[in-house]
Amino acid sequence: MATITLAVDADGNLANSSEWTEEIAREFAAQEGIAELTPQHWAVIKFMRGVFEKEGDSPSIRRLTKESGVDTKTLYQLFPKGPAKKAARIAGLPKPKGCI
Amino acid sequence: MTTDPQPIERVSIIVSRGSLEGVYPGLIMANGARMEGIEASLFFTFFGLDAIIKKRMGGLKVSTVGNPAMHMPTLLGALPGMSSFATAMMKKEIEKLDIPPVPEFVTMIHDAGCALYGCRATVEMFHLKREDFCEEMDDIISVGQFYEKSAGAQIIFT
Repeated sequence: MATITLAVDADGNLANSSEWTEEIAREFAAQEGIAELTPQHWAVIKFMRGVFEKEGDSPSIRRLTKESGVDTKTLYQLFPKGPAKKAARIAGLPKPKGCI
Repeated sequence: MTTDPQPIERVSIIVSRGSLEGVYPGLIMANGARMEGIEASLFFTFFGLDAIIKKRMGGLKVSTVGNPAMHMPTLLGALPGMSSFATAMMKKEIEKLDIPPVPEFVTMIHDAGCALYGCRATVEMFHLKREDFCEEMDDIISVGQFYEKSAGAQIIFT
């Protein structure tokens, strides 16, 4: 297995979101206690990356709820202890800036 | 000897006011807590109960009287329609920030795992019934029960 070194920011999120790979997502997920990324996890991750690419910030939890196709309850089940924050990290993005 | 500050693990947030600007801070803090993985519960008391009363939660208004930070003379604020006007303005700004209207926000916060309680004393004082409240309200509890449920939590009064 190849070892790579990646720069992270103060929150431990990927410093450069373009370096993100699915392999990195799985590694971050494991660190967050998520053993396996299901298709629903991936749907959220891809949605977040799509929004970030277009708008330069991660989507709010409200937008995730309304537009990612995964409801609030499920989001908290998929990413316990804070879906927006955890999903952003796994998606290789900085922590969301907004309050909501 | 000093110890490092411990991260907050639980919060109990009291919402005591029924104006739009009185209700939103508590809801935003409860939602924000859940997003940070912090356990949260909301306790609605006095006019704060309006935020979970089915018929009222969608119609909360900004108070334009007795609020110096509105920078509006009290008599002007008392004119008919002034509160509705200020409310419409604020709702527009709130929507821009992607903050949901109160009923949607209450559902979202509840789905996020935050418990919602009504204050028993106020419910009795205002002669309210369970069916007056939105489904998301988990229970009507006394102050004593509120403290019990707040074991180990930081209590925030808004």
